[in-house]
Amino acid sequence: MDIRANIRFLLNGNTVRLDQAAATDTLLDFLRIERRLTGTKEGCAEGDCGACTVLAGRLDGGQLRYEPVNACIRLLASLDGCHIVTVEHLSGPEGRLHPVQQAMVDHHGSQCGFCTPGFVMSLYALWMESPDPTDTEIETAIQGNLCRCTGYEPIIRAARAATRLGSPALDALNRERQSIAERLAALRDGRRVEIGKDGSRCILPASVDDLADVLSETPDATIVAGATDVGLWVTKFLRDISPAVLVGHLEELRRLEVTDTAIEIGAGASYTDSRAAMAADYPHLAEFWDRIAGWQIRNMGTIGGNIANGSPIGDTPPVLIALGATITLRRGGKRRTLPVEDFFIDYGEQDRRPGEFLESVTVPRPAGGALHAAYKISKRRDEDISSVCAAFNVTVDDGKVAAARIALGGMAATPKRAHHAEAALVGRPWSLETVTAAADRLGDDFTPLTDWRASADYRLRVSQNLFRRFWLEQQDSQTPVRLNA
Amino acid sequence: MSDLGTSGEPAGTEQRRDPPAPRQLARGGGGATAIRGGVHTDLHHDSAIKHVTGRAEYCDDIVEPVGTLHAYLGLSTRAHAKIIDLDLSAVRAAPGVVGVLTADDVPGVNDVSPTGRDDEPVFAEGKVEFWGQPVFAVVAESRDAARRAARLAEIAYEDLPHVLDPQSARDAGMPYVTPPLTLKRGEAAEAMARAKHRIKGRFNVGGQDHLYLEGHIAFAMPGEDDDVIVHSSTQHPTEAQHMVAHVLGVASNAVTVNVRRMGGGFGGKETQMNLFCAVAALAAKRWNRAVKIRPDRDDDMSATGKRHDFVVDYEVGFDDEGRIAAVTGDFAARCGFSSDLSGPVTDRALFHADNAYYYPDVLLNSHPMKTNTVSNTAFRGFGGPQGVIAAERIIEEIAYHRGLDSLEVRKRNFYGDAEDGRNVTPYHQRVEDNIAPRIVAELEQSADYRARRRAVLDWNAKGGIVRKGIALTPVKFGISFTATWYNQAGALLHIYSDGSIHLNHGGTEMGQGLNTKVAQVVAEELQVDVDHIKITRTTTEKVPNTSATAASSGSDLNGMAALDAARQIKERLTAFAAERWQTDESQVRFIANNVRIGGETVPFADLVREAYMARIHLSAAGFYKTPKIHWDRASGKGRPFYYYAYGAACSEVSVDTLTGEYRVERTDILHDVGRSLNPIIDKGQVEGAFIQGMGWLTTEELWWDDKGRLRTHAPSTYKIPLASDRPRIFNVELASWSENRERTIKRSKAVGEPPFMLGISVFEALSHAVASIADYQTCPRLDAPATPERVLMAIERLRE
Repeated sequence: MDIRANIRFLLNGNTVRLDQAAATDTLLDFLRIERRLTGTKEGCAEGDCGACTVLAGRLDGGQLRYEPVNACIRLLASLDGCHIVTVEHLSGPEGRLHPVQQAMVDHHGSQCGFCTPGFVMSLYALWMESPDPTDTEIETAIQGNLCRCTGYEPIIRAARAATRLGSPALDALNRERQSIAERLAALRDGRRVEIGKDGSRCILPASVDDLADVLSETPDATIVAGATDVGLWVTKFLRDISPAVLVGHLEELRRLEVTDTAIEIGAGASYTDSRAAMAADYPHLAEFWDRIAGWQIRNMGTIGGNIANGSPIGDTPPVLIALGATITLRRGGKRRTLPVEDFFIDYGEQDRRPGEFLESVTVPRPAGGALHAAYKISKRRDEDISSVCAAFNVTVDDGKVAAARIALGGMAATPKRAHHAEAALVGRPWSLETVTAAADRLGDDFTPLTDWRASADYRLRVSQNLFRRFWLEQQDSQTPVRLNA
Repeated sequence: MSDLGTSGEPAGTEQRRDPPAPRQLARGGGGATAIRGGVHTDLHHDSAIKHVTGRAEYCDDIVEPVGTLHAYLGLSTRAHAKIIDLDLSAVRAAPGVVGVLTADDVPGVNDVSPTGRDDEPVFAEGKVEFWGQPVFAVVAESRDAARRAARLAEIAYEDLPHVLDPQSARDAGMPYVTPPLTLKRGEAAEAMARAKHRIKGRFNVGGQDHLYLEGHIAFAMPGEDDDVIVHSSTQHPTEAQHMVAHVLGVASNAVTVNVRRMGGGFGGKETQMNLFCAVAALAAKRWNRAVKIRPDRDDDMSATGKRHDFVVDYEVGFDDEGRIAAVTGDFAARCGFSSDLSGPVTDRALFHADNAYYYPDVLLNSHPMKTNTVSNTAFRGFGGPQGVIAAERIIEEIAYHRGLDSLEVRKRNFYGDAEDGRNVTPYHQRVEDNIAPRIVAELEQSADYRARRRAVLDWNAKGGIVRKGIALTPVKFGISFTATWYNQAGALLHIYSDGSIHLNHGGTEMGQGLNTKVAQVVAEELQVDVDHIKITRTTTEKVPNTSATAASSGSDLNGMAALDAARQIKERLTAFAAERWQTDESQVRFIANNVRIGGETVPFADLVREAYMARIHLSAAGFYKTPKIHWDRASGKGRPFYYYAYGAACSEVSVDTLTGEYRVERTDILHDVGRSLNPIIDKGQVEGAFIQGMGWLTTEELWWDDKGRLRTHAPSTYKIPLASDRPRIFNVELASWSENRERTIKRSKAVGEPPFMLGISVFEALSHAVASIADYQTCPRLDAPATPERVLMAIERLRE
């Protein structure tokens, strides 16, 4: 086996080669402690405040693509073959401010200034992607950035104004796109990477087949894709995740394919990667997808990870279960397929065997006539974890419910179907009476917990009301039944 | 201020001159008639460019000397327990560990209680009184090593009963952490008995975490003798200095505390940094190496105090028109295990329990309850918001009882004037500057309140799922520290012989633009472009015995002190110029980077150079103390406040009655900052404070489990507003006609805290939407924060 024992990446203008990296080393610590690039800040060390936002560039189908990510939970070893851009790289020659920076100054977008570099980086990414953004686009782009001083209004003004101060076409990252892409391509040698420090080990397989081999050899390894959950094991619980097998760099694991019958999503596809395909077939998921975490996390976190970590409060599993999605698990050369709902056995327990990994998710394409909805209830509208997540997939035929798949998150130890409620729907007239009767059965399906996100009472009550909302939304009514997106 | 101006040429590259030639920039714009950055003009925050480029240096960005060690706290995992055994052997043996510190290692006094009550140990001794209390610190070669080692402690506890919330504390007969306050005027009980209508109620008002983006941090460097220098992110360097000296057992003159800037404070770094400064200094002296301490966000939120939550029991008597006859209120606060600032915080809750309303007969009591939770502390408004919101609840109660628009009830109860005699507060101060009626009337017009309220009622009358609510609420906020001696400040001003100016004052910069405003004051007085003035880090070495940068007082106090310093030097320069140019002092005028002396115009920098050569003293220490104020706590009488700041907000919301989710559709604000020193910075304070106040009352919920462990201890679980939570339409105006009737700095008013309470308009609008469920017959008595859950549950209550 041809193994490389170092990682190589671009940091701003420089090529970095590291011969040592522990599985638990983070990009943020590397920037601040090793490189003294102290413009990138630590606010929470859990990917929720955005003060550590940097851009990560990578080759995607030969194209160079930059995305804002949280440096605090981005594992250092995962940078192999990437270009990391920090706030220090933005100003032009002689310290001339970048248009986004200038707009932030002009519009008084900073007060204490601690969150500011993170905002600048998110707005920079937005400006490159959508130079003249709508307010909704701006809000979506900074969902993952907290500011405690300004109340955001001046930052929004700055984001609107940046477009008038300069064109992305002239931006350094765009002008140098070709050469950066070439430099990154040169760093990719198709070899497996194994790097470590003080006994802590990281493995970056050369391919998905190699991943299968690595896991067969090291079945107890921690599989890390976007690190949006594992990153917190490291920063909050100080857990040792060695040996860690990193898969975020595997382009073939991120692949998306839409066939006549299904959307095939590689387990390594991020929320961002999968949004367009999901929203094209299921328009109701566009808004839902944008309410999963913040932009940085959506760029890092993967659909496979959201399932494989087994959380009862992940946002995509209820949706996938309602849509009848299946997953493919692989061990060595052997694959097996099972419905998403069967993967979740109990709290912290999933149907994944040692050495096995989640390779892909298959979402059936919509059957005509089915009614769909997905609702997320949380304390704060954006960048929050669900108190309750409910996904509906109901087929009504000739005024009667022909089929129903309804799944909820936040209501049990696992994301779970509401079998009693479904049974109370099927075969009955599609009416408020039927829906209310079905909602009343939720108490038979779920015994939710009280915690800091919501009480058991609220969880049950709101779940029942979501059944009513689902029905009301299907009616031809002039009066709105929920707040606009 | 240098980085917003022309970048300075490197000094000393040319041949030595004595004194150096006046700097190019100090000559100003030649023909310009006005300076850049005088008072009453918009000016950028002095660090704006450093903020956006990441070059602004925060405490954790300071270059670490070789051999820097890192400390980490070991926290208790019990709410209340005896420590039976503290076994730190595994901590000591962990890789990279240099040593540990416990109460036994404190050479001075094991206490950082800011009010001298000796009730807040650095390290717990014998018992722990809240989950998250520091028990020891471990010091290691890296932060990671220290943090890992801290988890290896084996502490044996014997549990004791614990009490978490203020009501349980009262029920359990827990003591007060500090003496309570009573405010009394007239005979409330008799007036209540006589009143035509009476309502009694209880209101639970939640606390709030500061969630400054930069957490707590201190970085200590040992010096010779007893000396230690501590860099920190504290709002109160002088207190940190005193506490470090107290803990080390050395004199205050051995301790220097420096603060360049904070990544947010909001009150959370007024006293709470004392602990971290003390631990860093202790370790630095013990091992004679630089030591930094920076807790992880989870530990920061678990181990440091927050806004007090209150349980308010109120009774109001009123007539058919909704006019208040009498009010009684009992304000029980969750103070935590120690007093910290709970005395003045709970006092201020009472001081603001009238908000803008005249209570003919009134009796208010505070109950600063001891609880087995982290010791609560200062937070923007300092108890005031909890008082104000209780007043607004009382107004709401009356409005629903009488079937009136709550705005109408407000107007009928506003303070009056000397003529009608309705101008005395519950603490016997007369309200002499009452502009609440004008502010509210103007906002009512500009926000189109009446028509929009009508539209809201019409919308709700259709009975749909989505309901709307609207409310217009005022704020009147007393300005001055109620600890009268705190109302003093110092400044230090040097003019160097090249004409450049070095300004230092006792206030600290936490994002509020204090340094910018104070520099503007000096620029205006000396008539030089603000770019010539460099504001340097706050340090106990330059200005001693400072007060906390708190109580919104920063620019009022420090602006005046800096003005005093500038005037002293200006007087010396004027006298010198008159003598040197053989003219009368009245013929010397400072104009736009120049000085007009008789018939001649001399560049400011040239005059300075001449003055230096003539041996004129070009440095001055300025001082200021607020006049007129006095306060007798025992009798509950006095004039604790120099003046009041006013404002009002009108908010409209939509509520989903199936889920309790809501959205703020529109907010209009009119706020009074007197004659603003810097309108754009003041507007930023108003916008930011409103959103923070809204967060307090909506999504920001502190949640302890039954073991007393705070489970909302990071932004993943504790939800402050995001950009998408701000009002869909947001109009913010300053009352441009307002001028402080008192002789404050350039007739401006304080701005930090008062607009925080404008967020109450959102809370009451939510309540209004909820009330529509029962046709506005019942006050929904929504508790705060009004999370979607609380909103839905209130709706469900009204449906029954």
